Amino acid sequence: MAIQPSNPKETSLLDASTRFNLGRSIDQNFQRLTLVLAISVGAILLWIAYSLLVIALPAIQAFGLGFLFDSTWDPVKNIYGALPHVYGTIMSSLLALSFAVPLGVGVAIFLTENFLAQKILQPIAFTIELLAAVPSVVYGLWGLFVFLPAIKPLLQGLHSTLGWIPFFATEPGGRQLFGASLVLAIMILPTIIAISRDTLTSLPPKLRQGAYGLGATRWETIMRVLLPAALSGIVGSVMLALGRALGETMALAMLVGNANQVNISWLAPASTLSSLIANQFGEASGLQKSSLFYEALILMVLTLLVNILAQAMISRFQQVE
Amino acid sequence: MNDHQIKQLTSENPVATGRLRPTVWTALTALSIGLTISSCTPKSPDVATPPSDGAAPSTTAPAASGGTSASLSGAGATFPAPLYQRWFADYNKANPGTQISYQSVGSGAGIEQFLAGTVDFGATDAPLKPEERTKFKTKYGAEPIQIPMTGGSVVFAYNLDGVKDLKLSRAAYCGITTGAIKKWNDPAIAKANPGAKLPDSAIQFVHRSDGSGTTFQFTNHLKVACPTWTAGVNKSISWPAGMTGAKGNEGVSAQIKQTPNAIGYVEYSYAKQTDMSMAAIENKSGKLIVPTPEAGEAAFVGEKVPADLALLVPDSANPNAYPISGLTWLLLYPQSKDAAKNTALKATIEWALTTGKTTVTELGYIPLDDELVTKVKAELTKVK
Repeated sequence: MAIQPSNPKETSLLDASTRFNLGRSIDQNFQRLTLVLAISVGAILLWIAYSLLVIALPAIQAFGLGFLFDSTWDPVKNIYGALPHVYGTIMSSLLALSFAVPLGVGVAIFLTENFLAQKILQPIAFTIELLAAVPSVVYGLWGLFVFLPAIKPLLQGLHSTLGWIPFFATEPGGRQLFGASLVLAIMILPTIIAISRDTLTSLPPKLRQGAYGLGATRWETIMRVLLPAALSGIVGSVMLALGRALGETMALAMLVGNANQVNISWLAPASTLSSLIANQFGEASGLQKSSLFYEALILMVLTLLVNILAQAMISRFQQVE
Repeated sequence: MNDHQIKQLTSENPVATGRLRPTVWTALTALSIGLTISSCTPKSPDVATPPSDGAAPSTTAPAASGGTSASLSGAGATFPAPLYQRWFADYNKANPGTQISYQSVGSGAGIEQFLAGTVDFGATDAPLKPEERTKFKTKYGAEPIQIPMTGGSVVFAYNLDGVKDLKLSRAAYCGITTGAIKKWNDPAIAKANPGAKLPDSAIQFVHRSDGSGTTFQFTNHLKVACPTWTAGVNKSISWPAGMTGAKGNEGVSAQIKQTPNAIGYVEYSYAKQTDMSMAAIENKSGKLIVPTPEAGEAAFVGEKVPADLALLVPDSANPNAYPISGLTWLLLYPQSKDAAKNTALKATIEWALTTGKTTVTELGYIPLDDELVTKVKAELTKVK
């Protein structure tokens, strides 16, 4: 241990060295503590995956990978397949994204441009962030009693004018994939808006000034300069939103119609991985319970894939910058 | 240990700021231990069971009639949950010593917890299966006690503009549930409803999407009554394509109320409380029966009760019976580690089946007939 020679008093020198030791050991221990915390998060994830796997094992042994491509869900005969739920999960999430991304990015641009005074923009931004705080069961109830009945004429119109497209081929029921996806879109909007807006505001002002200086219009500045520069953040927000959409449970269980069949029509009732689990877990036992855990495992892998994809895309766009 | 004592502890220490910190820690630790102990006290069964503990602090609640006090927890079926919770609350008012909490987690989870021994009693809408009985026997060395508490009817609730008293013949409701009858003005439906303005539109059938005792009762009847029913009997089944599933009685009823031309099945008690239109259906004797608690009770009159009290009547032969009616059971341990608990539980059940009977019809459930009550009481003597 090096003792600083410049210190005049011996006692305080000793004092300083012990204090120094203390500080050092706190540093070291803090490092160890954070290491333990970091590892424990990973360990918990592995633990969850492992326990899912253990309980799902009977179903995995019984159905194998064919589980993913079988559309039977028959608790009486004990035959289970996940195809309708995997399809419903992916389709509802993609539909929700296709509504939420243009809307969300548009709102984010509006909020970061100087179209309106800050004192008007600020409350709007605050309201949007409040949307994220609404519990999903409230979205479900609102969708069920207010939103779906309200958009029924619209869906009826879609069916009667675009009925020749297979996606709108069936008569819209009270609950269907399309309506549920619209509610889902509202639920993931705040994520997209908040993160895209933060990215856009954090862009260096010289980008905009430079573009204007070169004679670009506002449209050109937004489309050619600002959006490409903010792309990694926007893609990140979209992936985060997709993660939420894939895992959303309560609202979808209430709105999606819970039919265990693959329907090409978006206006027909469907089912998702998480909505099926929420619906049937309470009364399931034996192979049915294992199959539900198998579905949970599939959902986990699906979400993991989305996250890996997101990381890959974000790092790619960052390289472009 | 309380705040005051902490202050005392800390103030005992002189200025020495460096030494204040450990003292606070000691005080906090002591406080937390004290809190843990005191928070445990009322819950601990060991403390709660002795009949007359002189140090018992409560002055407002005199000892109940028996002088015993017990707090029990049960879990299981959702269908009878409103009745059970009301019963236990009412009983607690009369006998403050007995506190029973009931978690409506579903029959499957109820049986599982009952077998695992994590509850004081279980509850289920479908009687124990033979393999569940053997499981119980190998673990506890005795037969589980299974007693019916109440029953319920499953009704067809519908939303048809201008049609007030819908009547469904067997052919009609079998066809609707299997998806063979697709339109409301189908001759099979129209035949039983002369004069009713049945629309020329598609029937929107709504079923339960969650596993449910209601679905079990419903399919248990359909399997016997409908020759065309192939989906089997279970708490959740595979429904024909195009039908909508909704979660819970509340989900199904919301769906029916919002969708014109919809029909679905819900518990009678729920349909009654939410003022839904219910169809009269044809029973085994060919009579059209409007669902009521009395018609539901009639389904069990004169039926031979098996030894395990697992009485299932899929299609009653009684001409006055509403045919889709079923019972729901409590699951009890023949022997409890804590005798006071079983004594309190027995007293509560006997009270529920006698004094508590008025609550049953009030909430729209089916009361047990006298013969069955006698059998239940005989079975209760096995609970020690």
